[in-house]
Amino acid sequence: MDFQYTEEQRMIRDMVRDFAEAEIAPKAEEVDQSGRFPEETFAQMGPLGILGLPISEEYGGAGADTISYALAVEEIGKACGGTGLSYAASVSLGAGPLDSFGTKAQKEEYLVPIVKGEALGSFGLTEPNAGSDAGGTKTTATLQGDRYVINGEKCWITNATYAKAVIITAVSGKKANGDNKISAFIVPTDAEGFKITRPYDKMGVRASDTTELVLTDVEVPEENILGDPDKGFGQFLHTLDGGRISIGALALGIAEGAYQKALAYAHERKQFGAPIGKFQAIQFKLADMAMEIDLARTMVHKAAWLKDQKKRFKKEAAFAKLYASEMSTRVCNQALQIHGGSGYMREYGIERMLRDTKLMEIGEGTSEIQRMVISREIGCP
Amino acid sequence: MNIYVVMKRTFDTEEKVEINDGVIDEEGAEFVINPYDEYAIEEAIVLKETHGGEVTVVTVGDEEAEKELRTALAMGADKAVLLDTEDLDGEMDHYTISEMLGAYFQDKAYDIILGGNVAVDDGAGQTAPRLAEKLGINQLTTITKLDIEGTTATIERDIEGDQEIVEAELPLLVTCQQGLNEPRYPSLPGIMKAKKKPLDTLDLDDLDLDEDDLEAKTKTVDRFLPPEKEAGKKLEGEPAEQVEELVNLLRNEAKVI
Repeated sequence: MDFQYTEEQRMIRDMVRDFAEAEIAPKAEEVDQSGRFPEETFAQMGPLGILGLPISEEYGGAGADTISYALAVEEIGKACGGTGLSYAASVSLGAGPLDSFGTKAQKEEYLVPIVKGEALGSFGLTEPNAGSDAGGTKTTATLQGDRYVINGEKCWITNATYAKAVIITAVSGKKANGDNKISAFIVPTDAEGFKITRPYDKMGVRASDTTELVLTDVEVPEENILGDPDKGFGQFLHTLDGGRISIGALALGIAEGAYQKALAYAHERKQFGAPIGKFQAIQFKLADMAMEIDLARTMVHKAAWLKDQKKRFKKEAAFAKLYASEMSTRVCNQALQIHGGSGYMREYGIERMLRDTKLMEIGEGTSEIQRMVISREIGCP
Repeated sequence: MNIYVVMKRTFDTEEKVEINDGVIDEEGAEFVINPYDEYAIEEAIVLKETHGGEVTVVTVGDEEAEKELRTALAMGADKAVLLDTEDLDGEMDHYTISEMLGAYFQDKAYDIILGGNVAVDDGAGQTAPRLAEKLGINQLTTITKLDIEGTTATIERDIEGDQEIVEAELPLLVTCQQGLNEPRYPSLPGIMKAKKKPLDTLDLDDLDLDEDDLEAKTKTVDRFLPPEKEAGKKLEGEPAEQVEELVNLLRNEAKVI
């Protein structure tokens, strides 16, 4: 067992940290308040290879491992949760399935632009009446001749405004047992009948692009089906398992950012003639924060390591996402408490972190869904 | 063009530095490429992109410095060389380092050698000029602009708040000052490629040097952090009263007027 980062992992972390501190952190407050998606940040990340970090070299990626990717997400999340969410969604949910299941032609057409930073990756699973319960999917794809006609609605879809194509899940027929067969389709965003709007005013991660999709008789060629048409469902589950590692890493980054601010503030702020960090009430909060962050990091990296070793990682990804996200909400809340009145003010950035991190307990499977996944994995009746 | 960079690994002065018994606590320190040497690496890569050729980054240190060499390779340097100080027991100073570099460069064909203006740890700015002296080549320090045409370099230098434009013939050693360029981030593909690039380690035998030849010329007597700043004093009252109080303090307490 070796807890040391490889030279590459360390260099990737350092590079992304330097980039995030210089280019992302300075505008975190502005993009939070305005809800503006920082397109220019992603334009910079493309040439640096950050957007194709774990993608195969054949398609312009860096071919780095999942641990490196988790480190990168953590560093970006530490600087800005919203930017981190769009990044993680583009890589894990957008580029990931194309890389794992796409044909050569699909990768050249849709994956390469994501890696280059010309377009973001986007994955459309959630619907008004379906989410983690993907079986409830109402969007349909009907084969007419050599084209699929897609109809339906998707909600809370990250990055679609800036995507060249969205990977859409839809019911494409019936299985032998009568259940709905769900497949994934690559739907170009400029297809006729494909309407993308941003009707949401979010609590946090406000810099990330969150959209509603309405598909009315959208036609895509048969070859736009992604991966095996009959195993579509298994593919999203795999995609979501990978995505959970990145949400865990993102929560970790936000928590680390809040903790560092709280630790610094505990040195600066004086009450009763001493820095508040001299008081055990504050020390113990900080000690718990430091411990929980490190525990979460260990779990996130273990899940990433299992994925890299091509071992089963479903349960560990759920552990990582569940523990890191709930931990981060606790840590950000305590960091705000240590800041007292200052923490409640926008200028300290702590209240933003608390708002941002709450999403980590909800997106890509709520905490309740993670507990369901874990219960199933440990063999509950 | 044969382009060389002499680089130093230093602790990050933007992070907390702790000193115990006159020795810097390396356990708690963060290490980086000396920021001025980053300008040198960037400029070397720009020269290669413009004129073709090869960039070799050389450092003197222990195996820990391989990390910083790999970062330079990830930025775009082609080769890295570590002149290993493992065999040296005694204290090292700028003399030691420049002697080792001098021995390394003795049989090398170089058009230009770039270094940082100073290292942020000791701020001496001695190693590179000493190296140029030893090699008997032209040297220009604190440069902020570099153009090379044929074998002539046109250079702008910082001189006490003013600019000086100088021409010099290659081979040449320059030290780089802030303002010369904006060092790039190593790209992800660059990081992945870095491990496949050559990194050679040379010890004293390889350099044909003896420990006795490298004995430091200086001795460090003590190291200490600057004294902590005391809290300032806030003057109160009407502006006129405050001015009066300030003048009084400057005259009687600070004794500067």
